[in-house]
Amino acid sequence: MKDFITSIKTCFSKASKDASGGCPLSSGSPLALYGLLILLSAVSLFLLRGINSPNLSALLYLTAGTLFILALQGLSSAKTSMKGLDYGMWGMGLAVLTTLSSPIVTSYSWIFAGIVGGGIIGSAIAKKIQMTALPQLVAAFHSLVGLAAVFVAAAALQEPAAFDIGSIGSIAMGSLIEMGLGVAIGALTFTGSLVAFAKLQGLVSGNPLTFKGQHLLNAILGISLVVLIFFFASSESHTLFWALTGIAFLLGFLLILPIGGADMPVVISMLNSYSGWAAAGIGFTLGNSLLIITGALVGASGAILSYIMCKGMNRSIFNIILGGFGGEHAAASAKGAKEQRPFKAGSAEDAGFIMKNAQSVIIVPGYGMAVAQAQHALREMADILKKEGVAVRYAIHPVAGRMPGHMNVLLAEANVPYDDVLELEEINRDFGVTDVAFVIGANDVTNPSAKTDTTSPIYGMPILDVEKAKTVIFVKRSMSPGYAGVDNELFYRDNTLMLFGDAKKVCEEVIKALVE
Amino acid sequence: MSMISPFILGLTVFVLAVFVGYYVVWKVTPALHSPLMAVTNAISSVIIVGAVLAAGSAQDFTTQLFGFFAVFMAAINIFGGFMVTRRMLDMFTPKK
Repeated sequence: MKDFITSIKTCFSKASKDASGGCPLSSGSPLALYGLLILLSAVSLFLLRGINSPNLSALLYLTAGTLFILALQGLSSAKTSMKGLDYGMWGMGLAVLTTLSSPIVTSYSWIFAGIVGGGIIGSAIAKKIQMTALPQLVAAFHSLVGLAAVFVAAAALQEPAAFDIGSIGSIAMGSLIEMGLGVAIGALTFTGSLVAFAKLQGLVSGNPLTFKGQHLLNAILGISLVVLIFFFASSESHTLFWALTGIAFLLGFLLILPIGGADMPVVISMLNSYSGWAAAGIGFTLGNSLLIITGALVGASGAILSYIMCKGMNRSIFNIILGGFGGEHAAASAKGAKEQRPFKAGSAEDAGFIMKNAQSVIIVPGYGMAVAQAQHALREMADILKKEGVAVRYAIHPVAGRMPGHMNVLLAEANVPYDDVLELEEINRDFGVTDVAFVIGANDVTNPSAKTDTTSPIYGMPILDVEKAKTVIFVKRSMSPGYAGVDNELFYRDNTLMLFGDAKKVCEEVIKALVE
Repeated sequence: MSMISPFILGLTVFVLAVFVGYYVVWKVTPALHSPLMAVTNAISSVIIVGAVLAAGSAQDFTTQLFGFFAVFMAAINIFGGFMVTRRMLDMFTPKK
């Protein structure tokens, strides 16, 4: 009993240290603290092993699950987010420690090799990655969760005794169904995320790739997946297990391939959700409540993000999964775009002059800004304008960029003040009283035909009302239509000025013009 | 209580957790949606719990190998996910 109390104390003393002084792992604290942390972990590991109580383990798992919930809750505001992150890290540490202390874990060499190797690689990637490459990174990370789920399920099938879920040939049917579902979702997440990664990284074309009979093939694969899970659950056949894993791999690949670049926010959110469901499926198989809780949290989170992204495009999730959106319409509009309409192309000097003499400017960033890495130059430009007494704010459309919140991160990276960045609902009314809307690398999200033209593919999509501003400046590389393949009539209006060129270069030129 | 199957108990936890997730995530400010994705990605790697069992308690070499790979990949995610989230949140926190 004494041991029990001490071990709890060790856990709590760690937690309280986190609450008071922030996470020692994060704040670049001295080596001694790391040593202390490792020592504490070793001591509590030793104690937990000595106590050997499944109930205590279950309670610790519950604590970890609660910490994860607190981690998500912390994200409700920027102020509390850091603390939330610390909770998440403590929760993860607690979960790993509790598992390591399980009496059935007898050898540590593989585990430590995996943790150290993965830790080094993961940290190196996280340190080096550029913020513009964030969507790719997240997609790649999702694929790893999916593959890890596949491996865990395979291990559980290979040697159920290691997980305390029966012996070979006599795993409960319920567990097998869960295992089948878990591995299928995991495999789907793996290949799906790989394709998403390849598209975002530009390794394969971002255009939707479609072929005849695609939906039929996917439907057949989906049905055979369900049938295979059923037969696998009733037979515990290893062959069927690998067959269904293979089909799920193929299906994940085929499902994401036809989805175009600008739909990536939805795809990434969806895969985020899948990776959660896969973890929950494995949790059911292993009878581990922490995995179930976490899987459910992540699954719900991804689902909500997908919903928000779909709403931002006024499209249903099925519409996006069925894919092929960009391609058809681009072809259709190419026919209609034959007639040339006059537009006004301006210079950086013109833009600088207009904005300098304006009272208020709203900047609308889009994917083009991310591609050109223009956020720093843009912020510099905004700073100069502010010094001239111009009120500068930023308007973010929900689906701007390639993942939810992508633009916010890039602007934050460039030190744009948090309060200057506003969401669509917060700022949309203000365009009517704004002198200049500076649209940089965005197009479809400003297109008024989403409101008026019922035949337009983007009809019904909520847009930023930049048309209501006195002057609209578009920074674009060319006159080509946006992703949806729809021409933007704003380009041809009298109060619109087109600035052609790379977003970053244009910003730098405007800065030069402003300074002179 | 002994009559209730572990599946039903798990399902109970699952359904309640989905609801908790639903309400908590709706409260997340849209500006922090990217960090949300990165952090959920990191915590979904709690699947390392299963991986550790496979790598540490299996007798069979294949199972150990599966376990090792799973631990390895989950660890990349945990370290990478948490650290990249920290980097992002650092940018959102005003510097003094």
